[in-house]
Amino acid sequence: MATKTATYTKEQAAQFYETMCTIRKFEETVKHDFLAGEIPGFVHLYIGEEAIATGVCAALRKDDMIESTHRGHGHCVAKGADVKRMMAEIYGKKEGLCQGRGGSMHIADFSVGMLGANGVVGGGYNLATGAALANKMILKNDKVSVVFFGDGASNRGTFHEAMNVASAWKLPVIFVNEMNCWASTTPYRTTCNVENISDRAAGYHVPGVIVDGQDVFAVYEAAKEAVARARAGEGPTFIEAKTYRIEGHFVGDPEMYRDHAETQKIYHDTDPLKMFRQKAAELELMTAAECDELDAKCEQKIKAAKEFALAGEYPDASEYLKYVYVD
Amino acid sequence: MRKITFAEATQEAMAETMAKDDTIFAMGEDLARQGGIFGQFKGLPQAFPGRIIDTPISETFIIGGGVGAALAGARPVVDMHFADFIGVPMDEVFNQMAKARYMFGGQAKVPLVLRAPDGMTIQGAAQHSQCVEAWFTHIPGVKVVAPSNPYDAKMVLKAAIECDDPVIYFENKILYKEKGELPEKGEEVPYTIGKARVEREGTDVTIVSYSIGMKNARGAADLLAKDGIKAEVIDLITLSPWDKETVLNSVKKTHRLCIVHEAVKQGGFGAEISATVAEQAMEYLDAPILRYGAPFCPIPFAPTLEKMVRVFPEDLVKGIKGMF
Repeated sequence: MATKTATYTKEQAAQFYETMCTIRKFEETVKHDFLAGEIPGFVHLYIGEEAIATGVCAALRKDDMIESTHRGHGHCVAKGADVKRMMAEIYGKKEGLCQGRGGSMHIADFSVGMLGANGVVGGGYNLATGAALANKMILKNDKVSVVFFGDGASNRGTFHEAMNVASAWKLPVIFVNEMNCWASTTPYRTTCNVENISDRAAGYHVPGVIVDGQDVFAVYEAAKEAVARARAGEGPTFIEAKTYRIEGHFVGDPEMYRDHAETQKIYHDTDPLKMFRQKAAELELMTAAECDELDAKCEQKIKAAKEFALAGEYPDASEYLKYVYVD
Repeated sequence: MRKITFAEATQEAMAETMAKDDTIFAMGEDLARQGGIFGQFKGLPQAFPGRIIDTPISETFIIGGGVGAALAGARPVVDMHFADFIGVPMDEVFNQMAKARYMFGGQAKVPLVLRAPDGMTIQGAAQHSQCVEAWFTHIPGVKVVAPSNPYDAKMVLKAAIECDDPVIYFENKILYKEKGELPEKGEEVPYTIGKARVEREGTDVTIVSYSIGMKNARGAADLLAKDGIKAEVIDLITLSPWDKETVLNSVKKTHRLCIVHEAVKQGGFGAEISATVAEQAMEYLDAPILRYGAPFCPIPFAPTLEKMVRVFPEDLVKGIKGMF
């Protein structure tokens, strides 16, 4: 695991914690409301993986771009989307980020460079790589793009095509693998014969880095280095963030394929928010009381988001054809 | 007036749009060094260095990367080598390219052109000869065009590149080398996507086609004229969204409809035209609708077999005469 000692400001630390905590509270609310039958469709939660989106997005600029996954709420929050409009979208309201056209699985906020969650596993690599190509070779700017993906998605052929091109042309794209050990209901080692997905990076001449995905500081350091490489024209980096999918594949998943007690133990032992509190105290960045304050703040923020979503309206049925085409 | 080939017409469209807008670029296999395997990109790599890009043989990247580039603010033209290969990046076409604008509630636009050389050449066999346009007319969010002559090839491609929605541009491989008349540069009339053209007026039967199918439509109309039957010939040009009004108006006048395309007849675009006319103008018809397309068979290799999946003007003439 890559661990580095670096100095952080209190503001930076507070920002890390607030983002992780916002994601956690957001997801807990979504879970509760979904189970209560208030949210339509289906949702996939990011609980336990908050440090990855938070650490990576903290290393990005607002105009950098990310491609997310079906488990995308965390990426959206971390990139800076408005949680009120996020919640409204998940409720299918017209005040939502996508005006109720997308829902949880297609949540996006282009104003902050969040180019969309994706309902197709492994659908984001080429999009992020194409965005990187356009930014570097055609639009001639220094924007960086990031694609988040799970271990399951790493078995898609699209992974190969995008990694190959990204490396061949030294494109400013970062591949962030959220190694959460589960591809839906299937343990990843039963369908793939590498222990570390990042081992594959060597085959493309791309640096492969492993970080503790529960440690926001470690993720941030790895991302910062990858962003610097990308902006300097040195090409892609593959970051494998080791984590664990605490929730079922989707909310309501009966999880017949694994032992609930074992999952809860992992959560207890590796919760990234808990780890942060410990590390922040050690580094004298934040006290427990300061973290508690942020917990309360985030709770209020998400409560307000839910109220906003509930107060919103469903899109007017007569507008169902709007946005099929520009013209 | 001047005469140029279909391929040259597409080069003019590319050059004129690229000169005006630096965000337009093209990528695909064999474009930069070879000028496209049918020569359709000839001269462009030299005129626009760095903007005609040779990709690896990675179709999901070619299209998915194009979609990503469009989301980032560029205007990509991506080339599929042979239309038959679109099966490889189908997810990128129908789940990413076609859906981005809608599912993100209008935040995204995907001004992408997917160029797809299609149709039978000389014994290309099952995987290099197909016409697959109908698949894409079933996907909301993409537009589908298929010009039949050099003038349209240029103006339709320009319209596609300038369009803020994704457009699939089917360009027939036989047509590439065919010459046609165009006004002098700058004097051409712009094309509006979605418009069909009545290429030849008539009163007795409406023949609808597009792309290389227009050769059959024109050929049949010529033969029918010798027997005193005046066929109205409509070039659809755009298949999605298609110009129902022009077809319906013509059928209401001629009372007979014949549709022809090179693609497989079953589930072909002719079925959509036929169903629409049956739904909306049944009472005007004096005879059952005639449809011509390839039989339900992969494109064979041997010339004797390949001939069996082709449609000829004589086939149409025989059928149309039976309508009276």
